[in-house]
Amino acid sequence: MKPGAVAIVGAAETTELGVVPGMAEIQLHADAALNAMRDAGLKPSDIDGVATAVTQPQAIAHYLGITPTWVDGTSVGGCSFMLHVRHAAAAIESGLCRTVLITHGESGRSGIGLGRPQVLPASLAGQFELPYGTFGPPTMFTIPVLRYMKTYGLTEEHLANVAVIQREWAAQNPRATLRTPITVADVLNSKMIAWPFRLLMCCLVTDGGGALILTAADRAKDFPQRPVYLLGTGESVETPMISQMADFTSSRAFRVAGAKAFAEAGITHGDVDHLMIYDAFAHLPIYGLEDLGFVGRGEAGAFIAERHTAPGGKLPTNTNGGGLSYMHSGMYGMYALQESVRQVRGIAPAQVPDVEVSVCHGVGGMFAASGTIIMGRERP
Amino acid sequence: MPDPKRARPQPTPETRHYWEGAKAGELRLQRCDACNHTYFPPRPFCPACASRAVSVFRASGRARLYSYVISHRPAPGFTPPYSIAVVELEEGPRMMTNIVGCPQTPEALVLDMPVEVAFPPLDDDISLPVFRPAGSAA
Ligand SMILES: [Zn+2]
Repeated sequence: MKPGAVAIVGAAETTELGVVPGMAEIQLHADAALNAMRDAGLKPSDIDGVATAVTQPQAIAHYLGITPTWVDGTSVGGCSFMLHVRHAAAAIESGLCRTVLITHGESGRSGIGLGRPQVLPASLAGQFELPYGTFGPPTMFTIPVLRYMKTYGLTEEHLANVAVIQREWAAQNPRATLRTPITVADVLNSKMIAWPFRLLMCCLVTDGGGALILTAADRAKDFPQRPVYLLGTGESVETPMISQMADFTSSRAFRVAGAKAFAEAGITHGDVDHLMIYDAFAHLPIYGLEDLGFVGRGEAGAFIAERHTAPGGKLPTNTNGGGLSYMHSGMYGMYALQESVRQVRGIAPAQVPDVEVSVCHGVGGMFAASGTIIMGRERP
Repeated sequence: MPDPKRARPQPTPETRHYWEGAKAGELRLQRCDACNHTYFPPRPFCPACASRAVSVFRASGRARLYSYVISHRPAPGFTPPYSIAVVELEEGPRMMTNIVGCPQTPEALVLDMPVEVAFPPLDDDISLPVFRPAGSAA
């Protein structure tokens, strides 16, 4: 993608987040999409590209009354929306469509009309992982961490500290699910889920949705909101089986997606004013900071403990409170993208001063997939 | 009687040798005849060089504890707390497993400790390879 060729001109979350028992999953998509179209001053007839994950794009297009010339149903877990942004940019640049709507809706907590992929017993994960009592992400995503802790001396306190600092950000955000300040001791005394992970090191389970609208940057100034330009994008996948991840202390998918996005944007880490790293669990920001190259291997736990990612720090990270405190419906990537857009527009509840460049990094599955989107306030 | 809700592997033509081996008390791996790469999980070609010339062989069953969690959540067929572990086999590949025959505590489950395979039956058709501390065999 040519840096600055495509812009985000509409962005919104569902009207309500958290516990939304009055909406089926498809209506969460639609509620967010209607809010994003209002944000951009567009109608469904103005949209000619649709992308979404788990739910099929034809379901969204038909429900909203859209006749697309391009669709993308890439579904690689919670970072699918980062990949949609990347694919949409390429589609717009090559003329396959002009205006793309990316939607997410997930009734993760209330389970109304929930569509979630199952692990089939004849799949490799179904044969070689599921029979050992894996029971959702808390018992899988967490498995590599003891190896990381032994390799680099990361402590339970370091992990707890990630949750503590993100709660500081959430405390500034009226829409965050959990806003009461917590201490390292609170985290380490919370319920054991899967040692060494305790409840407050694990993401929320909530209902919600979000939507983005992208178009060519040449048109972007005609829309009511300040455009947010795409500077660089990256994606990759590694393995659907956590046990087969090549390096338990680092994600190959993170490294590949991140390096690609930085190279495409032509920026250095010093240019980054704001960072989002998908935090399904407390170790994700640690792996992300290292695999994106913000710090060296084994340094991220201390970097966070030194408050560099906290309010007032030099690298404000997960400023909405993250999946740990803001919301996490199951596929959190859309909410990370929304926060990057708000920060670049300058309208976030916990606004960082003068955000020119925001990096938004997502994970899919259990280190199975990754997408990195770099956004900028000015068109390069 | 095993919990009927417990997840059971469903062998496919590509993995049947592994499950037949487990039932016979053998941990079976595959090795590439072309490049000598040893790999897991099973497939009828080499993931390193794509050669279809591969052989099944009996692994030693010796491994080291590579990483794990101790799950405290209820799961069909398991009594919490129980370990969900990844071991690194002597031959190189890693695999998910449970560590049995020792307390399910951080003190008893020490990274890099030697472990060895066992094959408790899950039902009449499937024996599931698990690992226990080396030398602890009854
Ligand atoms: Zn080979």
